[in-house]
Amino acid sequence: MPFSVYTSKLAQAVNWARKFSLFEYPFVTACCGMEFMATWAPKYDIARFGAELPRFSPRQADLLIVVGTITERQGPVLRRIYDQMCEPKWVIAYGVCASTGGFYQNYSAMPGADQVIPVDVYIPGCPPRPEQMLDALVMLQERIQKGEGHSQVVLRAERGYVAPDVAIRAEGDVKEGRGR
Amino acid sequence: MAKIILDRLVEHFVAGEIVETGSQHGNEWARVAPANWRAVAQFLRDDPVTALNMFIDLTCVDRLGRTPRFDVVMHLYSVDKKHRVRLLAAVSEEDPHIDSLVALWPGANWFEREAFDLYGVRFVGHPDLRRILMYPEFVGHPLRKDFPKEGRQPLLRRLPGSVD
Repeated sequence: MPFSVYTSKLAQAVNWARKFSLFEYPFVTACCGMEFMATWAPKYDIARFGAELPRFSPRQADLLIVVGTITERQGPVLRRIYDQMCEPKWVIAYGVCASTGGFYQNYSAMPGADQVIPVDVYIPGCPPRPEQMLDALVMLQERIQKGEGHSQVVLRAERGYVAPDVAIRAEGDVKEGRGR
Repeated sequence: MAKIILDRLVEHFVAGEIVETGSQHGNEWARVAPANWRAVAQFLRDDPVTALNMFIDLTCVDRLGRTPRFDVVMHLYSVDKKHRVRLLAAVSEEDPHIDSLVALWPGANWFEREAFDLYGVRFVGHPDLRRILMYPEFVGHPLRKDFPKEGRQPLLRRLPGSVD
């Protein structure tokens, strides 16, 4: 073979890079946090999936993980944190409380974080096991690769943003001086 | 052992300030006329025999259907004598108020704010009687028995498609 050509589209390559370099913002409010911490620990080691760096500033994070019960009073805080994150951004609701409100049906608990922010992946369980977090992360990575994350869809639909459809070429291509 | 406290109370307050006293499983309690709430608390704190110098807890109980409707409950402990007592005072539904004890125990501040927030009992003389757990926009007092279970009052507009 005189040269080889990578025919991957730029958007696919960018999404591939995004899905393996997720910077998390853990919004931990309740007991789910104990199980969630184990996901970082050596036994489960979320670093294997490229998401090992928690950023405790939403401006440096692109994956918001809502861990635990959200109260009505926390709603504006959660929304502001989500709004501060750079796009594209993704949200995982960890545990039933963050997903649906769980067993709370009262004056103070919000029935799910998705009341105020869009959620990409829901994890059931009270609390979920660390494996479920890893499973959800892989699930989210698949969605990121396909461009199906909520924020990615919004970027495309509402703001008319389309990732450049450009082919990436290998160096052999350049050497030969031939275009695709 | 803690019978000392009740004896001392009944002995000192003879003009009907102490409505009722009782003891169950070694736990002594005294029901105080609400107008004397602060005077009784101050006596128990300063009297060398009782010396109940530590404020443990203050909360409220909604006895819906009873008149007067609310009970304000306080727990006191003596660090020196190692005995404790529970004080109760009935508060009416129409004008729920009782004296604040922040001047006696600064630690009572947040307890009284909590009781005010969740039950609507006003503590007269409290330096900063605001809601402490619920947000200022919240209407009503959620731990009252007649507060609806689904009494959510969202601060934010819900996203379209959310199910309550």
